[in-house]
Amino acid sequence: MPSPGVHHVEMHLLLEGVFQVYGHDFRDYAEASLHRRLSKWLTESRFSTFSQAQGAVLRDPAVFHSLLTGLTVNVTEMFRDPLAFKTIREQVVPHLRTYPSLKVWVAGCASGEEAYSMAILLEEEGFKDRYRIYATDVDPEVLEQAKAGIYPLKELQRFTQNYQKAGGRAAFSDYYSARFDRAMLEPRLRERMVFATHNLAVDAGFGEMHLALCRNVLIYFKPVLKQRVLSLLDTSITPGGFLCLGLKEGLETTEWQRSYEEVVARTRIYRKRYA
Amino acid sequence: MRAVAIGVSLGGLEALRTLLGALPAAFPTPILVVQHMAPESSDGLAMILNTVCALHVKEADADETPQPGTVYLAPANYHLLVETDGRLSLSVDPPVNYARPSVDVLFETAAEAFGVGLVGVLLTGAGSDGSRGLRTIQQRGGRTLVQDPLEAVADSMPRSALALLKPDAVLPLSGLASRLLQLTQYSTHSTPRPTRPA
Repeated sequence: MPSPGVHHVEMHLLLEGVFQVYGHDFRDYAEASLHRRLSKWLTESRFSTFSQAQGAVLRDPAVFHSLLTGLTVNVTEMFRDPLAFKTIREQVVPHLRTYPSLKVWVAGCASGEEAYSMAILLEEEGFKDRYRIYATDVDPEVLEQAKAGIYPLKELQRFTQNYQKAGGRAAFSDYYSARFDRAMLEPRLRERMVFATHNLAVDAGFGEMHLALCRNVLIYFKPVLKQRVLSLLDTSITPGGFLCLGLKEGLETTEWQRSYEEVVARTRIYRKRYA
Repeated sequence: MRAVAIGVSLGGLEALRTLLGALPAAFPTPILVVQHMAPESSDGLAMILNTVCALHVKEADADETPQPGTVYLAPANYHLLVETDGRLSLSVDPPVNYARPSVDVLFETAAEAFGVGLVGVLLTGAGSDGSRGLRTIQQRGGRTLVQDPLEAVADSMPRSALALLKPDAVLPLSGLASRLLQLTQYSTHSTPRPTRPA
């Protein structure tokens, strides 16, 4: 077994190559998780070391895409952390109602569960055609899954429980149809949603958002990248707008602490102050 | 020693109360703990342990540098990992061994980060989470301790580790506490005041 240091050198070389060839920048991702994901991809690939994989990754886009999917895999649920969605419904929605039309950004939407959760919530709160949800992710393949809105049926039980705890107003079964072992979400939920590839590490923002959700994304970044992404989110959120982070991600101890106020303690849902 | 990592599942609350409760506030390294728990558990475990421990017990935050005399618990529904610079990080990657947090994830990343400076401790629990991680700790030169299966509320976690490796010691909780003090070279004697230069 080579010394653990060699793996890390190989990993850095591979990530540097990926950045230079494809423009995807994983160099400022927190390494422990990144290393686990890369190692998992490696054991499932035909290569035995990162060095051996490097040539194929850099020359063959198909190999790169399998790596990209392995690196960006995000597991989420509909209405994950139901209390957060309950807080949005009860404390944030009353403010959102004051806008004639509403823009919501789900940054790092992965396979779309959170974006659909927001669509259901806004539909139930009567926003009808007065909102648009921008669901973005770095991985185009995972966005295709998000667009399809098809999930394994066995997940639906958990989604349903979450939905109920999150203060859902209908029967969750109204929102999907089951076929074999899959559940397809109602296509109408997609009508107000825009799916786009967007790389938080390198791309600019796109327009003034009234609510941005970026949950359990920052935990994967090193402080320098976290800083960049928070800055991007901040410039994208209109004064009086809202930012929703994961339960273990806070603005406390960041430079944005003073420009935001947490809506309910420890929910990690913040309102941007008017200058 | 630079850190202690503890993995525990079923029967964990009592085991942690006993083990951590026996350690002094001035314990010389940080202690990282994965206790399996339901996804929506609150941080009640930290509160309970704080009332019975001299050590400071808290839920781990991403990016924090672990301090001596402090216990860091993996938050419910997050893996707890250690970066190579010794800082903590969290992930919502898929469960490992059906568990999130998973003991293997903590042990394997802590072994990478701390190498010979790590003590891994596997306690009571159902299933087999932690065995592979404990072996990694051993392979990287760290010390490994396993709770005596005869004492454990659930013996399958300790037993599956013993099937995979020969740890440095198999002990009941009371023995584990004193072995941890020994390994981390905690001295019960007060350190002499440095003499002022004349």
